[in-house]
Amino acid sequence: MTDRSTAVRFDHVSRHFGSVRAVDDVSFEIRDGEFFSMLGPSGSGKTTCLRLIAGFELPTAGHLLLHGSDVSATPPYDRDVNTVFQDYALFPHMSVWENVAYGLMIRRVPKPERRRRAEEMLAMVKLGDLAGRRPAQLSGGQRQRVALARALVNRPSVLLLDEPLGALDLKLREAMQEELKALQRQVGITFVYVTHDQGEALAMSDRVAVFNRGRVEQIDTPSAIYDRPATAFVAGFVGASNMVDAATAGKLMGLARPFALRPERIRILGDGQAVPADAVEVAGTVDGVSFLGATTRYRVALAPGGAVDVVESNLDAAPKAPGQAVRLAWRRDHAHPLEGAAA
Amino acid sequence: MTIAATLPAAAADGIGRRAARLLYRNGWLLLILLLAPPLLWLGVVYLGSLFALLLQSFYSVDGFTGMIVPEFTLSTYADLLTAANMDVVLRSAGMAAAVTILCALIGFPIAYYAARYARGRAKAAFYIAIMLPLWSSYLVKVYAWKLILAREGVVTWLAGQLHLTWLLDGILALPVVGGASLSSAYLGTATVFVYIWLPYMILPVQAALERVPRSLTEASADLGAKPSQTFRTVILPLAFPGVAAGSIFTFSLTLGDYIIPGIIGSSRPFIGQVVLQLQGTAGNVPLAAAFTVVPILIMAIYLTAAKRLGAFDAL
Repeated sequence: MTDRSTAVRFDHVSRHFGSVRAVDDVSFEIRDGEFFSMLGPSGSGKTTCLRLIAGFELPTAGHLLLHGSDVSATPPYDRDVNTVFQDYALFPHMSVWENVAYGLMIRRVPKPERRRRAEEMLAMVKLGDLAGRRPAQLSGGQRQRVALARALVNRPSVLLLDEPLGALDLKLREAMQEELKALQRQVGITFVYVTHDQGEALAMSDRVAVFNRGRVEQIDTPSAIYDRPATAFVAGFVGASNMVDAATAGKLMGLARPFALRPERIRILGDGQAVPADAVEVAGTVDGVSFLGATTRYRVALAPGGAVDVVESNLDAAPKAPGQAVRLAWRRDHAHPLEGAAA
Repeated sequence: MTIAATLPAAAADGIGRRAARLLYRNGWLLLILLLAPPLLWLGVVYLGSLFALLLQSFYSVDGFTGMIVPEFTLSTYADLLTAANMDVVLRSAGMAAAVTILCALIGFPIAYYAARYARGRAKAAFYIAIMLPLWSSYLVKVYAWKLILAREGVVTWLAGQLHLTWLLDGILALPVVGGASLSSAYLGTATVFVYIWLPYMILPVQAALERVPRSLTEASADLGAKPSQTFRTVILPLAFPGVAAGSIFTFSLTLGDYIIPGIIGSSRPFIGQVVLQLQGTAGNVPLAAAFTVVPILIMAIYLTAAKRLGAFDAL
């Protein structure tokens, strides 16, 4: 079963803390060289999964494989993975380059080579001129880069990132997203990225695993997660969704199951505009209006019952007022029937 | 005070309100008011008496009259450097160093456990166990130790019960540290010193270890360091300021103590006892003052060396 193209494999892995099932019988694979995100709300088990890969936690049950070998009982220092910590965890008593060279020092790489490789790595994360500083003298963004360099200098087979951008401000975060992705392509190492920010996960990842209550709800590409959410939880957590319950679904579309519908996939038809061929048409009344800049969000009460959010681009549509009667339409294939009960 | 009574005062902008505003706008003024009394105390009474003492060490005692001659001279320091007095200094410094090292060796694992593993009840029990001995009288504890260590004491009895009398005798037969009984040997003196000053080592070390985030030890393990390497390269350097703080306590407290060596040990004098004798019965305050300069010098050298080694870089 040694499959080199699988970097990490969870085989019915559980991690319980007393009666809390932080990770509950989870099985999935992370492919070699991919940018894999674990997305979920706090307490969903994503960070515990990361810590299981790092070896800070050992599974209560099941097996964890790194490149085909079972590491279920292997301590962190014997695993070929490195971590970028949420709080960066830089050693305060060492200079920046000593921090980066720490892993090399432990592996007894001679000092001149240690220094050279640390400086190379610092240059790669654009911190070449700060090698002699202490972590306390750096900004949050710079510390983050040092943490990244310290992990990458060991050329691990898997790099684990625990919400590394969480403490940065929005602009810096967006810039770092781009950089991280470019860096991952450059070094070709498997990145496993934990985040609760769905925008971040969608923007950076090759594949995303959505976690909820210690279980994996769905694993797929960002566009598939967004376009075809498998469960009500995924539809609600990733992006905004209208959740339509089974009763209303029957009245609107003759469906027997609840479905999810993205607000931007609903069109408000102009006067006399024909309904597209494969679409459903529903009459409603505008209930609330929120101007969002590039778009406007309307809350529309539907004539057959229920209400949906509709997001309309502010390109050339006339603004609607509360109380105004509108006709809505959406393509049948944009309504995604959900497994399990509707929210 | 009713609301009706306070309202007119507020309307009239009373002196209290104006003072409050003044203080609010000028934060430094409040700071000065708060700090002035303790700073005066510290500056005048505390440091003032210390400098008065140091000044005395540059005076001398007239050999005939026994009066203090208030003229600057280094002759008192020449007295200090005689063989008999240097003997006292070296004995005291050696004891203080030994006690400090023992306190660090015994205190570190306890502090480490308390900081890293103890939670809830265990932590409370730890604090009580460390603090409890500090609540009872110093003299009572020392005399209790005298009973424990005496020739007819608990240790001798216990060694007999365990058929380990040979071991106790072997230890007492050791050169320098041994003696007729534990209560009349350096070993006994050191034991009691370690017992009395141990909390002053444990608490600062524990505080330093508490401040090392768990993620740092995880990071070093993640980077390939085995637990022993993590301990050497991360935990120990970061805990060292705590060890240094604790050793300042244990070292200087041992160096200045005159009661314990008087009750337990080989009646050979320590600095504290000599100081007591010189400024009391002998009336040689200058030499007593010169003796007290020794611990200050030793601590200054020690701290400078620790700083050079980077012990305080992470503070």
